[in-house]
Amino acid sequence: MKRSPLTLQRQLFGSLANSAFTLALFALLVWAGWGVLSWAFGSAQWLVLRANAATLTIGRYPDAQEWRLWLLLGMLTSLAGVSWGRLRGLNNWPLNDRIAALLFVISAVLLPWLLAFGAINQLRLIFLVLLLLLLRQWSGGAWSKAFGKWWALVWGITYVFGLWLIAGGLGLPAVRPSDWGGLVFTLLITSLTLLLALPFGVLLALGRRSGLLLVRWVCVAVIELIRGAPLITLLFVGQNLVGFLSPNGFAPDRVWRATGVLTVFAAAYLAEAVRGGLNSIPMGQQEAARSLGLSSVQTMGLVVLPQALKVALPALGGQFISLLQDTTLLSIVGLFDLLGIARSVLSNPDWLGRYAEVYLFLAVLYWCSCAALALGSRALEKRLATNYS
Amino acid sequence: MIKILATPLIQVPWWRNNRKVGWLLQAAFGLFLLIAIALLLANLERNLARAGMRLTLGWMSQPAGFDIAETLLPYKASDSYGRALLAGLINTLRVVISGLILATGLGVVVGAASFSANPLLRGITRIYVELVRNIPLLLQLVFWYFAVFLSLPPADQALHLPGLQLAKSGIYLFGARLINGELEGGLRLSLELAALLTGLVIYSAAFIAEVVRGGIASVPKGQWEAAESLGLQPIQILRLVVLPQALRVIVPGLNSQYISLAKNSSLAVAIGYPDLYAVAETTLNQTGRGIEVFLLLLLIYLVLNLLISAAMNAINRLVRLQER
Repeated sequence: MKRSPLTLQRQLFGSLANSAFTLALFALLVWAGWGVLSWAFGSAQWLVLRANAATLTIGRYPDAQEWRLWLLLGMLTSLAGVSWGRLRGLNNWPLNDRIAALLFVISAVLLPWLLAFGAINQLRLIFLVLLLLLLRQWSGGAWSKAFGKWWALVWGITYVFGLWLIAGGLGLPAVRPSDWGGLVFTLLITSLTLLLALPFGVLLALGRRSGLLLVRWVCVAVIELIRGAPLITLLFVGQNLVGFLSPNGFAPDRVWRATGVLTVFAAAYLAEAVRGGLNSIPMGQQEAARSLGLSSVQTMGLVVLPQALKVALPALGGQFISLLQDTTLLSIVGLFDLLGIARSVLSNPDWLGRYAEVYLFLAVLYWCSCAALALGSRALEKRLATNYS
Repeated sequence: MIKILATPLIQVPWWRNNRKVGWLLQAAFGLFLLIAIALLLANLERNLARAGMRLTLGWMSQPAGFDIAETLLPYKASDSYGRALLAGLINTLRVVISGLILATGLGVVVGAASFSANPLLRGITRIYVELVRNIPLLLQLVFWYFAVFLSLPPADQALHLPGLQLAKSGIYLFGARLINGELEGGLRLSLELAALLTGLVIYSAAFIAEVVRGGIASVPKGQWEAAESLGLQPIQILRLVVLPQALRVIVPGLNSQYISLAKNSSLAVAIGYPDLYAVAETTLNQTGRGIEVFLLLLLIYLVLNLLISAAMNAINRLVRLQER
């Protein structure tokens, strides 16, 4: 619907009361905006971010091993570039390509400069963005056909290899997960939890609809108990009680315990999203598949589940976003995710009272990440939407 | 003919019999479950025996020995652990109940405002919802507490808002007066409680606003137009025609938002408000009774959720469409 200026004017200043209201709102906005701007360019001291940019990004990861993170970032960038190019070639790709490319270039130039990353890192980032854009350009036609369906596998192998690389594979010195931190830690834990929780959640959802009484009851009990408890109490179990339940009080690293708890927690919520999707698939689909001679496993895997997951995609996307937000709770149990590392920076007497600057910066980071996830999930929805016409 | 029916031509093998396979699978699953639980319990018993502890609730009557910064229930350090936990529970209930009321109020106003004829107001509600929902609650809480409330001025330079005074010593409602450099009278909220309430209410209200918006959007446009042509004012239309119908959609959505709010109140521990979880954590650190403390926490939060659900279901019965 296109609004002409006249109607907009009438909507804003139609009557005397409406005009007064609009002016009051406008004054309020100007006042708030002025307050924020005069703080940001006046009394705010942004030095705290420039001085701690590296810590906030990679936490306590040893400086000498930093190249591993760059290597991982490089690999992921290359993959992302090729994927971008492949997806771009398809119909229905809704993102505006040029704007996204421009955003990448701007942020690669501007961010390192604003945060005082140093000349070398600046060059590295610019190189990575160039790599991304070039691969995107080249990988449209022939490549996408050559790799075809194996592309997902390439991503998976790279991901596992990346984890192995930064933890200390290839005979490199080991870096314990407790020494990972900052943005890298948050992204790793979120992605790892997401990958582990989705299959587990699907299993729980299937179990909840199973005809086998015992399986159904156990799944319902697990889902409802986990959804009934606050995440922090479950993390508390992971940090304090796992030792009681395992032989000889053995317990894996705190990071892995927290990841396990987050995975189970996320799986219970994902299971409900998937169940909603499963419920929306008509019985006829299942009956048709069975009458074609598919086994019950094939029916589920080839016919029902793909449709159900597609229906559940918006809900799943929402859960992914909450999962990213929930990783901040790891800071309460003493792990150094983005918020945890920020709190440890702020406890340094040098940066006393610089809360507003650091927390606002984190808020912007989280907001952008969540918005990107939301955009991605919406793009995927559009991409997968079936047009029955 | 009869003979054929009695003995089928093809003998169906047992693994083709869905019913038998089902029972077999269940038996295997049950056995696996039993073994897993037995192993865990055996480990638990062995580990507890090694630590010289037994599962009891006897420690709850021992003196706690720690102070709680603020309680509604009279409490001192020499009281028992049980009373400390009860004081924590009451602190949690205090936040949850006032949070529910305030968040509902703000959420309904914002949700209704997103249907305003004024595009500026609509835009502001959109920005508010999108901004708040995409930033983690914990980050918002520490922002409110450390960056906003802790930087309030001292009492003699307190910020004055209508019916509200903000100072480093606390938030004073209903007309406190400055006596000897300190604010007295009125209702004082500690900074921790005020920050927790502010963060929780602003965060939950954004979600509630979306629920309310969805509910109002579910009322057909004809209802608005009919009410308008009867000469009702916009507020009247909302109150008398639209909201009563929207409530049927809104109430079930509110239920899950309320439960989230109750669970999210446990983030109080990050800003030092002594809620149930914070007291439980201190109790664990002093007694080492992890299993008992955890089971207690789980039980209390489950009961809290069930109470909220029961209340919302009762409300749902009131507002749902009365069929003949």
